[in-house]
Amino acid sequence: MTRVSCDCDVLVVGGGNAALCAAIAARRAGAAVLLLEAAPKSLRGGNARHSRNMRVMHDAPTPWVRGCYPADDYRADLQRVAGAAATSADGGLARRFIDASADILDWLAGNGVRFHRGTDDVLPYSRKTAFFLGGGKALVNALYATAEALGVVVRYDSAVRALHLRDGPPAVTVGDAGIAIRAGALVVASGGFQADPGWLRRQWGGAAGAVTVRGTPHATGVPLKALLEEGADPVGAADRCHVVAVDGRAPPFDGGIVTRLDGLPHGIVVDRDGRRFADEGAVVGPSRYTAWGELVAHCPGAVAFSVFDSAIAGRFRPSIFPAIQADSVGGLASALGIGPPALESTVAAFNAAVAGGGATAGIHPPKTRLAAPVTVPPFGAYPVRAGVTSTCLGVRVDGLARVLRPDGTAIDGVHAAGIIMAPNILGTGYLAGSAMTIGAVFGRIAGREAAAHALR
Amino acid sequence: MPCADDAQRIAAEARRALDICNACRFCDGYCAVFPALKSRRSMSVEDLTFLSNLCHNCRSCYHACQYAPPHAFDLNLPKSLSLVRQQSYRDHVWPPLLRGRVPHAGWSAVAAMAAVVLSAVALVVVPALLWVPPETLFARQSGPGAFYRLVPWKIIAGVAGGAMLWSLIAIGFSVASFWRGMGPAPAGVPLLPALRDALSDAATLRNLGGGGAGCNDRDDGFSQARRRFHHALFYGVALCFASTGVATVYDHLLGWPAPYPPASLPVLFGSLGGVGMVIGTAGLALLKLRADPAPVAASLTGADCALLALLFLVAASGLGLMALRETAAMGPLLLVHLGLVLGWFATLPYSKSLHAPFRFAALLRAAMERRGRGRG
Repeated sequence: MTRVSCDCDVLVVGGGNAALCAAIAARRAGAAVLLLEAAPKSLRGGNARHSRNMRVMHDAPTPWVRGCYPADDYRADLQRVAGAAATSADGGLARRFIDASADILDWLAGNGVRFHRGTDDVLPYSRKTAFFLGGGKALVNALYATAEALGVVVRYDSAVRALHLRDGPPAVTVGDAGIAIRAGALVVASGGFQADPGWLRRQWGGAAGAVTVRGTPHATGVPLKALLEEGADPVGAADRCHVVAVDGRAPPFDGGIVTRLDGLPHGIVVDRDGRRFADEGAVVGPSRYTAWGELVAHCPGAVAFSVFDSAIAGRFRPSIFPAIQADSVGGLASALGIGPPALESTVAAFNAAVAGGGATAGIHPPKTRLAAPVTVPPFGAYPVRAGVTSTCLGVRVDGLARVLRPDGTAIDGVHAAGIIMAPNILGTGYLAGSAMTIGAVFGRIAGREAAAHALR
Repeated sequence: MPCADDAQRIAAEARRALDICNACRFCDGYCAVFPALKSRRSMSVEDLTFLSNLCHNCRSCYHACQYAPPHAFDLNLPKSLSLVRQQSYRDHVWPPLLRGRVPHAGWSAVAAMAAVVLSAVALVVVPALLWVPPETLFARQSGPGAFYRLVPWKIIAGVAGGAMLWSLIAIGFSVASFWRGMGPAPAGVPLLPALRDALSDAATLRNLGGGGAGCNDRDDGFSQARRRFHHALFYGVALCFASTGVATVYDHLLGWPAPYPPASLPVLFGSLGGVGMVIGTAGLALLKLRADPAPVAASLTGADCALLALLFLVAASGLGLMALRETAAMGPLLLVHLGLVLGWFATLPYSKSLHAPFRFAALLRAAMERRGRGRG
């Protein structure tokens, strides 16, 4: 290993939203900053590339968010999804996060990010979140442009292989050449480990092979693993992740938002043996994507099929992939690799059970809403798989984004921001738009604190 | 010349892109295409015709696209829509006999435009050389009626007017065909308010504003340069027509023959307009040459630049004529300028110039749909 002394005060590991906010904040605090992005330039930005909004506290309408979303409402929403994480020992951190979310949009706007006006009627109404104009990649482009204009040195194709935190200032090993870079302080903002199939398999067994990763292929969790090995206190859970239901034909990485399947509550959903396994009408709101992701992840082979007829097909947004179609239920079953008698009997039993009021009677599991018979050919289906957004294992941090050991002491000069510490706030839950806010808020704090540490 | 297979491939690719856009919707705030897309579940040929001409090719959606290459989806909406748009020019050419026979892309489009323009210049210059005595043609001319001693007004007005009339008729039929090609207009929407919206959108080029900061003229940075250069060109052309209009009134109603003094309205309008056209065409061409090539349909660049070059020459020859009208160069310059103008008029319905009326028709259709949805 060659050891190169680098003229940098703050070293940022990662290239997404949290990393960029940290780099900009550190640079604005006067530090010389080097940012190491594992991806090539064309795929920079981590999962932020696929994001679209940020959940922020506000007591009055702002240019970007209508109505108001008081801190108490935000905390209640967090408690609902995160449970203990937001209420117990880390409650103070959640409170600090919510307070800091109030001016994060102004700070981002001051760093070149553009948002939809709150009065735009092109997007779903939200009093809780602000939408990025052009989406997450536009945010990423703006933050890179600002960081580089401020003098942050950005290196692409620079995957970090190891962290060295034991003696002296923190250092990292980068790339295949094994170049070591030493810095005054370190910000680790490298996301989860969902793109490491080996790690996923150790946690989930065979189901790991059947999932798709909705975001960057560079979230391999190497820096996360290194932090844990260096004694960081783990938070969240290694065997949990955020999933949504996606079309089974989605690409293995970076499918983003468009591969989500919209229509699951409208038809019936069967497993690979042709059997229904859940109440399709149980969740029809925005959380239906997550609910079905979890359900499908636990199916045999972690695969299921959304089945509908041509009447039902008109009631939901079609997948970007064409429906698999057949003129009979048996033909459809064959096309899906399901035994035709199994699917035929499931559909027949379901159709016979459809009663008035959009619900079924006398069938298990029932369908409690949107129940309609599957009778009008051609019949259609989409394969469904679980698409992983991110894993739920992280490192414990304090209010200054310093990485903590189990005894509560901070690892000297090491900070974390983004998904790698999001379980401090979210536990193993998920709240739409909050992950991006966690990245920006803690990225900003981590950058500022790392600069202060390096320049003291 | 694209064949039917190409047309189907281009349409299929645009449809694939728009289906993904419809599932994503992150670009909603950039321009009118995305809100118009929202109300469509699947893309018919009519929808493609409409949306491709509503697209101003600002490329913001490409640089913001999480599915742009090297992503597996290989999404390139500006390029896909450019190719469909170019086909719509071809499909709605008038007279119908010419459909599929007028080149709109590649070097054949450049060659065709050059041939027409050179023929037009020759049409003006050759008879003048034959019939106007050289001592008149190359003499210093000045005073009232100097231009018309070389080329009689009736000939200028007759030939240019005839070409313009033909072109206006052809464009009228093309636009009518295009309007039908966008599918049935929303029923029960009052036309005048929508027309006002569309005029405002066209006059301000709102859709090149990228929702505020401008668009991605060259790379992922935002700028208003393209919008401003297009304004310079568009309003330059408008001023030149205003100049001609005022001059016609002076000559025929008030009996003041051209040329006019520097402080007169025709000269002021013409000079300002000419300068605007020169700046606009040069700026747009420069942006085109420096732009990131990824979201651009390379096959269309030639035809685009050919039109810019022609407009530049029209304006530059007009300005030259203005500057040198007291010298012996006036005669040749006048002939070349008239020839270039004639060539431009003749190619109006068959070149990229068609983008202006088609874009306006698409803006009007979009405004009608917006008002139809009750969102003024």
